[in-house]
Amino acid sequence: MSADEAPAVVDARGLRCPLPVVRLAAAARDAAPGTLLQVWSTDPAAALDVPAWARMRGHRLVDVDARTGDDDAADEWRVTVRVGP
Amino acid sequence: MTDTTPRTWLDAGGSARPHPVALQASAQALADGWADPRRLGAEGRRARAMLDASRAAVAEVVGARTEEVHLAPSHTAALHAAVAAVAAGRRRVGTRVVLAPVERAAVLHAVDHVGLERVLAPVGTTGATDPARFAALVRTDGVALAALQHANGEVGTLQPVDEVHAAARAVGVPLLVDAGASAGHVPLGDAWDVLALDPADWGGLPGAGVLVVRRGVRWRPTWPEDEDGWFPGGVPVPAAFAAAASLQAVEADRAAQDARRRELVEHLRREVVARVPDVEVVGDPDDRLPHVLTFSCLYVDGEALLTELDRAGFAVGSGSACTSGALEPSHVLAAMGVLTHGNVRVVLGREVDRDDVDRFLAVLPGAVARVRSTLGADGL
Repeated sequence: MSADEAPAVVDARGLRCPLPVVRLAAAARDAAPGTLLQVWSTDPAAALDVPAWARMRGHRLVDVDARTGDDDAADEWRVTVRVGP
Repeated sequence: MTDTTPRTWLDAGGSARPHPVALQASAQALADGWADPRRLGAEGRRARAMLDASRAAVAEVVGARTEEVHLAPSHTAALHAAVAAVAAGRRRVGTRVVLAPVERAAVLHAVDHVGLERVLAPVGTTGATDPARFAALVRTDGVALAALQHANGEVGTLQPVDEVHAAARAVGVPLLVDAGASAGHVPLGDAWDVLALDPADWGGLPGAGVLVVRRGVRWRPTWPEDEDGWFPGGVPVPAAFAAAASLQAVEADRAAQDARRRELVEHLRREVVARVPDVEVVGDPDDRLPHVLTFSCLYVDGEALLTELDRAGFAVGSGSACTSGALEPSHVLAAMGVLTHGNVRVVLGREVDRDDVDRFLAVLPGAVARVRSTLGADGL
C-alpha cells in the first residue's frame, strides 16, 4: 500500500459477525480489481474472518491492524484487502 | 398442537445418545450399588465392587493397571485435576506447560488458574500441531507438563501424540493426553503418561469421567485430603458402572462403526461442498476421527443457521461466536486461521444412519440460503 493510495473504508463498527464480512464483500463486488478496501470492525471475529474470506474468494490480505480502545472506546480492528481479479 | 417433526441428533460430541448397555448398567447399579461404597456392610461392599469392576474394565481397554485408573465426576473435573496435580508434583522443575492452542478450554483454563505458564506450540490450518516444534518446546527449561489432545473434538483432526510422547519421555516431562473426543471411536495407543476419557462422548451417562495415571508419574493434590485421593467424595456408582460397561460395548464393534461412520462422513463432505456454495470444510481430511465433520459457511450467522436446522429437526454444534454466548469465536477455529462464522459441527452418534444424513443434506442448502438472504448476502 503506497502512501498516496488511501483505501476505501467500509465502516462496520457496531455490527456483529458475519455482517462486517458481508458489507466488505458487497463493496468488493462493486469495486474494480486491484481496489484497496479497508473494513472497520468492533467484532473481534472480523480479524479472523476477513483473512479467511479473502483466501476463499481470491482477494489479497494486505494488513490487520488491531487497536486497543481507551476508556470508553471499544477495541477496533481495521483489516485491509486488495480486491482480486 | 404437538410438534411431530422427527428429531435427529447430530451433536453427539461429548453428549452421545446413551448406549443401551449404559442404561442397563446404570439400572443395575441403582438397584444393587446404591450404597456409599466406603461403608463396610454388604451394601457398601457391593457398590465398591461395582466401582472396582468399572476400573478394571477401563484398565483392560486402555492397557493400564486397575490401580492406575481413577473415576472422576466429569471430564472437565478430570482435566482440571490432572493439570493441577501433575504440575504440582513437578513444582521444583518449573511452572511451564507446553500445549497446543486448540486444547480443550478445561485444560487451558486449569493452566491459568493454578498459576502455570502457557507455552503454546503452533498448529497449522488442519488444527494439527507440528511435532518437531512441539518437541523443541518440551526440551526447554522449566517444563512441568506437556498436554496434547489425542484428537480435536471440534474439527476431528488427530494429533501427533506418538512423536510428542517420545520427545517428552526422553526428557522426563509427563504428557497429558485428552482423549475425550476419541475414546470409544479410534484406538488410543500407549503414547501417554496421563490419559483422560469422556464417557458421555461414547454413550455413557453424564456424571462420570476417567483419568488414567501411569505408575511413576509424580503428582500432588492441590485440594484437601480424602479417601478418594484424586477425586474427593468419589463418583456416582451408576454413572461409573455405565461408563465402563458401555466402553466395553463400543470397543467390541468399534471397527464396524468406524467403517460405517467414516463412509457417512465422506458422503457428507462431498455433498455439503457440492450443494452449498461458499463453504469450507475444516480439519484434516485423512488423519481424523471417523464420525466428525466440521464446515464453515461464508456470510452465515451460526446461531441463525442452528435455529433453522433445529426447526427442521436437526441438532448440530457450532464454534461460531454468536452461538457460544461469548463474543470470542471458537479458540480452535481461531488458532487454525479458518472462517469462524457460519460454523457447523456434525458429530455422528452410533445410531445415525444414511437416511438421517440424507435428510440433513436435503434441508441444509435451503437453511443456509435463508440465513444468507436475511443478512442481505444474496449474490455476493
